[in-house]
Amino acid sequence: MSKKPELHQDDPETTGHEWDGIQEFNNPLPRWWLWTFYVTIFWAVAYSIAYPAWPMVHGATAGLLGWSTRANVAADIAAVDEANAAINTRLAETGLTEIADDPELQAYAVNAGQAVFNTWCVQCHQTGAKGAVGYPNLLDDAWLWGGDIEAIHTTISHGIRNTDDDDARYSEMPAFGRDELLSAEQIDQVANYVMSLSGEPQDAAKAEAGAEIFADNCAACHMEDGTGDRSQGAPNLADAIWLYGGDHDTIVQTVTNSRFGVMPAWQPRLSEAEIRAVATYVHQLGGGE
Amino acid sequence: MSNYIKLIVLGLIALFAMIAINNARDLAYQVHAIIVMLVAIGLFIWTLRRTDEPGPRVDTSMQYNDGVVRAGVIATALWGVVGFLVGVTVAFQLAFPSLNFEWAQGYANFGRLRPLHTSAVIFAFGGNALIATSFYVVQRTSAARLWGGNLAWFVFWGYQLFIVLAATGYLLGATQSKEYAEPEWLTDLWLTIVWVAYLAVFMGTLIKRKEPHIYVANWFYLSFIVTVAMLHLVNNATIPVSIWGSKSVIAWAGVQDAMTQWWYGHNAVGFFLTAGFLGMMYYFIPKRAERPVFSYKLSIIHFWALIFIYIWAGPHHLHYTALPDWASTLGMVFSVVLWMPSWGGMINGLMTLSGAWDKLRTDPVIRMMVISVGFYGMSTFEGPMMSIRAVNSLSHYTDWTIGHVHSGALGWNGMITFGALYYLVPVLWKRERLYSLSLVSWHFWLATIGIVLYAASMWVTGIMEGLMWREVDANGFLVNTFADTVAAKFPMYVVRATGGLMFLLGSIIMCYNLWMTVRKAPAKEASLTVAVPAE
Repeated sequence: MSKKPELHQDDPETTGHEWDGIQEFNNPLPRWWLWTFYVTIFWAVAYSIAYPAWPMVHGATAGLLGWSTRANVAADIAAVDEANAAINTRLAETGLTEIADDPELQAYAVNAGQAVFNTWCVQCHQTGAKGAVGYPNLLDDAWLWGGDIEAIHTTISHGIRNTDDDDARYSEMPAFGRDELLSAEQIDQVANYVMSLSGEPQDAAKAEAGAEIFADNCAACHMEDGTGDRSQGAPNLADAIWLYGGDHDTIVQTVTNSRFGVMPAWQPRLSEAEIRAVATYVHQLGGGE
Repeated sequence: MSNYIKLIVLGLIALFAMIAINNARDLAYQVHAIIVMLVAIGLFIWTLRRTDEPGPRVDTSMQYNDGVVRAGVIATALWGVVGFLVGVTVAFQLAFPSLNFEWAQGYANFGRLRPLHTSAVIFAFGGNALIATSFYVVQRTSAARLWGGNLAWFVFWGYQLFIVLAATGYLLGATQSKEYAEPEWLTDLWLTIVWVAYLAVFMGTLIKRKEPHIYVANWFYLSFIVTVAMLHLVNNATIPVSIWGSKSVIAWAGVQDAMTQWWYGHNAVGFFLTAGFLGMMYYFIPKRAERPVFSYKLSIIHFWALIFIYIWAGPHHLHYTALPDWASTLGMVFSVVLWMPSWGGMINGLMTLSGAWDKLRTDPVIRMMVISVGFYGMSTFEGPMMSIRAVNSLSHYTDWTIGHVHSGALGWNGMITFGALYYLVPVLWKRERLYSLSLVSWHFWLATIGIVLYAASMWVTGIMEGLMWREVDANGFLVNTFADTVAAKFPMYVVRATGGLMFLLGSIIMCYNLWMTVRKAPAKEASLTVAVPAE
């Protein structure tokens, strides 16, 4: 049998029920509890009159204060847009190369550009624009498609190798191995030659054989000396800066299957002022020309 | 005779499962079919071997069915350790992403383990604790044996099968992507069957009770069982793409689906983790303290207020989303009004100890129950506060939410369950006392400090990231990137994982202590299994 609870002399009355030895005191509701409960109910009624709350047949009560989340956020955005309207117009209308001559405009563009960059660009180019494998570092002075402000502006506006923008920058490297343009042995040789361009340790004999293959197959875009061609986005292979990696295996993979890095066109999503701002921001990061 | 019907049914299930294995469209479904087939074949052989065997005829109608409660206690303790272990693993994965090992991609990366953790602690640990304690409490407070004979055992084993199906489904990628309702249609259907059986056993026992009134703990348990059934059915209304595959399509669309999901999700907290565990609290605290419940009036008022108001609070999970403003307002005001009804349970729990406060010094099990009610009070204040739109605009999507959930789950659900287990094991295994009270103290302090580390680090990192996300400069531009906020959280993630590790260690100590209680603690002679109505 279960133990009875120990009742004390000054205990209040119980309800007289008992289950498995458990009894219940007949205490009243604590006053502070009850009054706080009433206050929250009163507040709830008042709040639901003041704010949109009760569903009706068509729509819901709008609330006496006329409050709306969508109107609030629209007002916040409008306030910022209005505050920046004059300088945004100035930014959109000033020649790209002249922005830097106007310290106030330049400061605003860098500030706004950083915000745009942090929202839209960091997913690929990483925080601080340090880049990642396949996504160029924007801090150095190696540029695939050009590093002056106008080239950067074009790249951001139209993107690279996307199908949405007719003016997107476009080029395509052949997949020399997959399409059987070169044999595996030839690719091995040309990879060694490419490594020799930036002074990486390589197999001298293979590199020598690779030189001719390079001249016949690669020099048209990457140039005789391997320094690349910005007009077609052909990377400089002699500067020891690598987008996908400069070790032997990665170069073999690149030559075999080619690469096809894509960047979206930002013109449909960002305003002209925003594109100019982010172009200015990227340009002043360190590598701008 | 009934055995022959059973054999035919089991044979058909095994056959159907074999066809399903052959036709399976995805790996998760195939593994589920294999599990179902093995269970059906195993039960077939077990039934066959017992058919036509004269069994010992003992009249058990005057005894409590404690076997199923014992099984439930073991399952609770074991699933608890598993769930906490997975939790610690995902916490370290968040701090050190390299722990998402390349070789385990698609099985043991964060995305697969996270629902495994939440379901293991809520449904496997919490669910088993609720089923076991409700079976114990309803028998004791009704002075009646569980209704339905072996149906209670069906509930227990059926529920374990549900857990295994859900867990293997998560690891193999079968999910309907609804938080806390991830299992796909097949597993959902099975849970529905088990839950109806659970409701039948519980209601049946209440109906044949020998006490004139239904004890308050049973009101809470019943509201939990009934409401969870309703939530489960509505939120899992799906149409399977094929009967041979896991995938299904939900019947609700867009914001209605989101609203249904959070109506479910919030009331999973409200009725599973609050109402159900209040049932546990209402029995074990007065029993352990050996004092009457503080106020019968309060228990009635706060029960009805709680279950009436909780069901409307779901929209506060969807502030500032596609949800219309009016629904968001209603969710918020109902959440704030919910504050006092929730605290009614805390007052009744804590004030039951008035006149027995000295037991806090001597009995670490009571201490555990009291701190659990303390955490309950704290999180049921924090919840309404976070549901206020202005607060929510800062706290939403941050780690503050995770901290809030864990102060409730670890503090309230975990601690009250540990208290109940410490109470139940000596009673169920007929021991005089626990093996070691000082190990209970170790468990208490490890768990308490662990929770404090967890909750405090999540407050800090949650508020920090909320402020960082909304920080704008003079021109109205955002200052931080999302990655900046992730990097800033690293130290707090390590503190959180450490807190979780301490909580896990405490639960392992508990398992050892309970095991040694069963093996080594002195036996108690008096039998508790005869049902005698108290009045």
